Amino acid sequence: MLDNLLNSQVRLGLTQSGFAALATIAVVTLARRRHIYLERETLMALIRGLTQIMIIGSILVLMLRAPRWTSIMMLAAMTMAAAATSARRAKRIPGAFPVSLYAIAGGAGCVIALMAWAGVIGTAITALVPVGSMLIANAMNANGLALDRFRSEIVAHTGQIEAGLALGAAPQQTVVPYVQAAYQASLIPAIDNLRSLGIVWIPGLMAGMVLSGSPPLYAAMYQFVVLAMIFASSGLTCLISTTLIRERAFSAAEQLVLH
Amino acid sequence: MSPSTPILRTEHLSRVADGRPIVDSISLAVAQAEVLAIVGPSGSGKSSFLRLLNRLDEPTAGTCFIEGRDYREIPPRALRQRVGMVLQTCFLFPGTVADNIRFGPLQRGEKLTDAVVSQLLEQVALGGFSGRTVANLSGGEAQRVAIARALANNPEILLLDEPTSALDDSIKREIESLLHQIVIAHRLTCIIVTHDTAQAVRFAQRVAILDKGRLTRIGSPEEVFGARQSS
Repeated sequence: MLDNLLNSQVRLGLTQSGFAALATIAVVTLARRRHIYLERETLMALIRGLTQIMIIGSILVLMLRAPRWTSIMMLAAMTMAAAATSARRAKRIPGAFPVSLYAIAGGAGCVIALMAWAGVIGTAITALVPVGSMLIANAMNANGLALDRFRSEIVAHTGQIEAGLALGAAPQQTVVPYVQAAYQASLIPAIDNLRSLGIVWIPGLMAGMVLSGSPPLYAAMYQFVVLAMIFASSGLTCLISTTLIRERAFSAAEQLVLH
Repeated sequence: MSPSTPILRTEHLSRVADGRPIVDSISLAVAQAEVLAIVGPSGSGKSSFLRLLNRLDEPTAGTCFIEGRDYREIPPRALRQRVGMVLQTCFLFPGTVADNIRFGPLQRGEKLTDAVVSQLLEQVALGGFSGRTVANLSGGEAQRVAIARALANNPEILLLDEPTSALDDSIKREIESLLHQIVIAHRLTCIIVTHDTAQAVRFAQRVAILDKGRLTRIGSPEEVFGARQSS
């Protein structure tokens, strides 16, 4: 085990991580000159990100021999962590954690299950966990954007919403344009990723597949498959989260409580 | 002195926000077709009290009775249709003037005919404005649309939250006189919040003074302002 950890590839990986982190620190330093202070948050994110991904890598090494059902446990744990991260981003929204949990589990979970059943994602741990985690992570980002945008829209249009309520409108009716705006905003990254695929960027999964010896054309097509799945899982996640959060914006007496 | 047959009665109506009482145990009654003005300095709880009557906010204690029925027993949408409200800022919905007028009844599945829309607009001196886009209206015109939009619901009680305070002085009196005519013509029960005591005297049969969320005085304008001047 120790031999594996200390082999030259790990040392190379750590050196490369160090250089990549230096680039990040350089950007943070530039931002500081404009009085934008991101040092603490960025440093914590770098340390956390590297530690977490190394733990996952080590767990994957151990899990190569584990039974297949353990991948479901892993994806469930990732979903919980994703919901907690999303909820932290939207902490001013009441019930952000359960909403995020149901949305990510429903959105990403459905797409993962369906695609695994159809054979698009392999059911081996080494395929299901990395691809599943990509879908969960992107669903988490989209969900965070949707919740944040929804709250901003509600705060900016409180008067309009209450004018509608005062005229006897159903609460859901008064927030229709804001739900639409939040949903559209949350899907912009997924749409842009699909739109610019191959022109602006060659994503990591495709690069990894090519480096590990897969035919480039198949790697390219599979990258498209993954991005399409990301779009589907993010879209479904945000559909669920905006529906749930819309209900929580109002009290039982149909008063706007999200300010 | 309370009216003998109140259409609206509050009983120790209170609201606490962030640990601070903003409406503090207000009990009063308003008779059918009566106009009551709520007067008080900024932060006295006037608008907060009005929002409780339409149940846009929830009372933390006490309640309100509409024709003797506890308003918490009335479905909120039905209550808000019966107790109409015109806000200080009119917040028109994007679209045409007619879209705004039709909004309230449409929530109950009722589509107002063009003739009814025109009739409502004529009441607020905006005949011919039906097809106009709300983005192109002046402040006074927009407030008239907001009044017609509230009337389209055929409310029994009309709540007016400083309906003229955001307008120029020249338009203020025009809107006030228009509101007065409408309230009398429809025999509407009306509660108007204003910081302008002269407007309260012109508009209302009774005046209630609020200070720090508490009702300090209620009576005819002569009783209330006469007493204040002599004290």
